[in-house]
Amino acid sequence: MAYSDKVIDHYTNPRNVGTLDKSSDKVGTGLVGAPECGDVMRLQIQVDDNNVITDAKFKTFGCGSAIASSSLATEWLKGKSIDDAMKIDNMDIVEELALPPVKIHCSVLAEDAIKAAINDYRVKNGLTPIVSEKTHH
Amino acid sequence: MNIPIYLDNNATTPMDPRVLDAMVPYFTQKFGNAASRNHAFGWVAEEAVDYAREQVAKIIGATEKEIIFTSGATEADNLAIKGVFEMYQDKGNHIITAVTEHKAVLDTCKHIEKLGGKVTYLPVKEDGMIDLNELEAAMTKETILVSIMYGNNEIGVIQPIKEIAAIAHKYGALFMTDATQAVGKIPVDVNADGIDLLAFSAHKIYGPKGVGALYVRRKGPRVKVTAQMDGGGHERGMRSGTLNVPGIVGFGKACELCMQEMESEAKRLSVLRDKLQKSLLVLEESYVNGNIEHRLPHVANISFKYVEGEGLMMAMKDLAVSSGSACTSASLEPSYVLKSLGLSDDLAHSSIRFGLGRFTTEEEVDYAVEVTKKSVTHLRELSPLWEMFKEGIDLNSIEWAEH
Repeated sequence: MAYSDKVIDHYTNPRNVGTLDKSSDKVGTGLVGAPECGDVMRLQIQVDDNNVITDAKFKTFGCGSAIASSSLATEWLKGKSIDDAMKIDNMDIVEELALPPVKIHCSVLAEDAIKAAINDYRVKNGLTPIVSEKTHH
Repeated sequence: MNIPIYLDNNATTPMDPRVLDAMVPYFTQKFGNAASRNHAFGWVAEEAVDYAREQVAKIIGATEKEIIFTSGATEADNLAIKGVFEMYQDKGNHIITAVTEHKAVLDTCKHIEKLGGKVTYLPVKEDGMIDLNELEAAMTKETILVSIMYGNNEIGVIQPIKEIAAIAHKYGALFMTDATQAVGKIPVDVNADGIDLLAFSAHKIYGPKGVGALYVRRKGPRVKVTAQMDGGGHERGMRSGTLNVPGIVGFGKACELCMQEMESEAKRLSVLRDKLQKSLLVLEESYVNGNIEHRLPHVANISFKYVEGEGLMMAMKDLAVSSGSACTSASLEPSYVLKSLGLSDDLAHSSIRFGLGRFTTEEEVDYAVEVTKKSVTHLRELSPLWEMFKEGIDLNSIEWAEH
């Protein structure tokens, strides 16, 4: 299967690889997927007092499309408000990276990771987690 | 050195130019139908097929009348299993095979079950070998066939063929082996090993695709299989269809070359394979899959924990290798062969099969080692699992969300 140029670009030069301090109240961490399934994504966001994401980092165990999806997600998250970040849809990722149908689950996982990170941040700051009305599974 | 480097010789092999040279005349000038008995074109083709049949028989220690040409090993497996099931139905309806067999055997056995046959799928030990005691315990009066592969395509493990055949015969069953990965790589002798039926193909031994053979024993016992294709009664009535003369000529030549070069080639490849394996095991948390004592000389299947196989292959785009990762196949399950060794799904996802071949050079192996090491290190830097491992977190203690 051939990968799109954008997948190859993100895979070869992944953006924002790294780790934020998960014990900080300003950091939300989303860990999704399972090793048995061949995909694990960890996505972290750093949020300022105005609810704006100032930094985002990821680490992913998975195929090239999974790595590219999470790399792209961190790029999009930086500078976005939490509210706007919640609106990122997996199909936006599919479109941007030209993922084939068998790789759509990678984008779903990236969206799940974004939402999990936001909810981790919310819970840490005394807010209720947002339940997504979207069901993928 | 040409990039990408081909290290997937268990999937298929490049054709040896000497094989191609032997085949070429049979496409154009010597194009006759080997079944045309009444003119020179047919005689020439028949003579070429007869000669190739001898070459093919010789590599497994058989006689030429025991070779049935097919379109490949898959067809030979089908013909052997379905053909024995039909031919020996008065004697019984039970077949024994193993969970690590190729799909050509496993799916044929599933078909037999649909036809009302009984099939036992033997498990394997964690090194990929079957347990002879379990085999013996599974034998019944109804058992007509034991089908166990010679060398495994994913991990290269060689089964104790002689002992398996002896157990099958002790209970009056026939013994069949899919020897697609073994023939031409290691010595195979149907008489020394006690093999009644053997399937193999040309394209795994530097011959053309689309041609293979089933060995069917003629003496002690005389084995028969019911044809699975109706037609002109070619191949002693067991496989109808005009013979693929150029393919068969190429198959014969490929066998002859393997006979001549197998001994030195097996030594050369095992030295290279061992070098590759040793260099890669220097990486932390890397493991060889399958028994390393009883293994084909050109294969190494290695898991690199905490990196995913398809992601790894993408980083190693200069290498043509194969992975047990689910992402590389249409199914969502990682390799059933690796899982049957008791490997956890994540280790199965992290495996790479290196298959060396006749045209693999030491320079290529050295390059492959460098690329693999670099890629594994790069992906581990990206891997949350590697980070957790390094922090001493037990991955089993985490509640993963299965998706």
